[in-house]
Amino acid sequence: MFTPREDENRRLLRARDAIDRAYAEPLDIATLSGIALISPAHFIRRFRDVFGETPHRYLQRRRIERACALLRHTELPVTDVARAVGYESLGTFGRTFTAIIGRSPTAYRLTAAPTRVPSCFVKDWTRPHANSSSFGEAS
Amino acid sequence: MINGISIHSIYVLDQDVALDFYVGKLGFVVTTDVDMGFMRWLTIATPGQPDREILLSLPGPPAISEDAAARVRELVTIGALGATILSTDDCRATYADLAAKGVEFTQEPEDQPYGIDCAFRDPFGNHIRMTQRTDEREVSDEDIARWAPDDSEGSDT
Repeated sequence: MFTPREDENRRLLRARDAIDRAYAEPLDIATLSGIALISPAHFIRRFRDVFGETPHRYLQRRRIERACALLRHTELPVTDVARAVGYESLGTFGRTFTAIIGRSPTAYRLTAAPTRVPSCFVKDWTRPHANSSSFGEAS
Repeated sequence: MINGISIHSIYVLDQDVALDFYVGKLGFVVTTDVDMGFMRWLTIATPGQPDREILLSLPGPPAISEDAAARVRELVTIGALGATILSTDDCRATYADLAAKGVEFTQEPEDQPYGIDCAFRDPFGNHIRMTQRTDEREVSDEDIARWAPDDSEGSDT
């Protein structure tokens, strides 16, 4: 049914789905490459080829997207937000957040109206852009 | 005037595998299965809505070139080709039933103001959602947090 490459695509998608679903878990490359059934080094390269950025960077953007939501729409302290989206270190969270969004979590707290469409679409379309900052490197 | 939607197509990479999934697991029924020589016209529908069909379409010549078909297959397998949203009377029960059948869920059932929904993929990578509509209720802070709207980042596209 699949060519070898398509089969690999499908497994890579499975790993990316895991990031979207379990972003707050400690998802390391060993775990993700295990989901994709690909050796760790090859996994990172192919994930980047297919999705345009490394799995680590995709995970960071997913977590920061969730953090944005919590900052804007809850009263949770920044420390709790960091923990809720998968960061054990407040320093790492703050640096990553600022690198992606361009300002600190505290400066970010704004409000917005919800969009009445299924959550997956909102998540897809409101995730911080891959090229919107100098955060990390796509290639 | 146009008065409805009758058929829309989903690209599948193997029509028999698609039948196993959509009919065998999800519970669709085959409405038309005709070998036209140049293509196999294969449509399915839910038992309760037989006039609303999905064409399980195999990308390839002569409709599109081998090269284009390869690109379509690539996009399907990386999950880049759109979504289909199905309805259900009982999202959580149907989720449990389908999960037991090995369906690959990407989101477990979640409460939304419009109902309960979840998401899964077909064997090829197509994104499918399943929604149980409920009476409209007030949008809560929890809904807003879960939806994560972010107009400051989304408006610069």
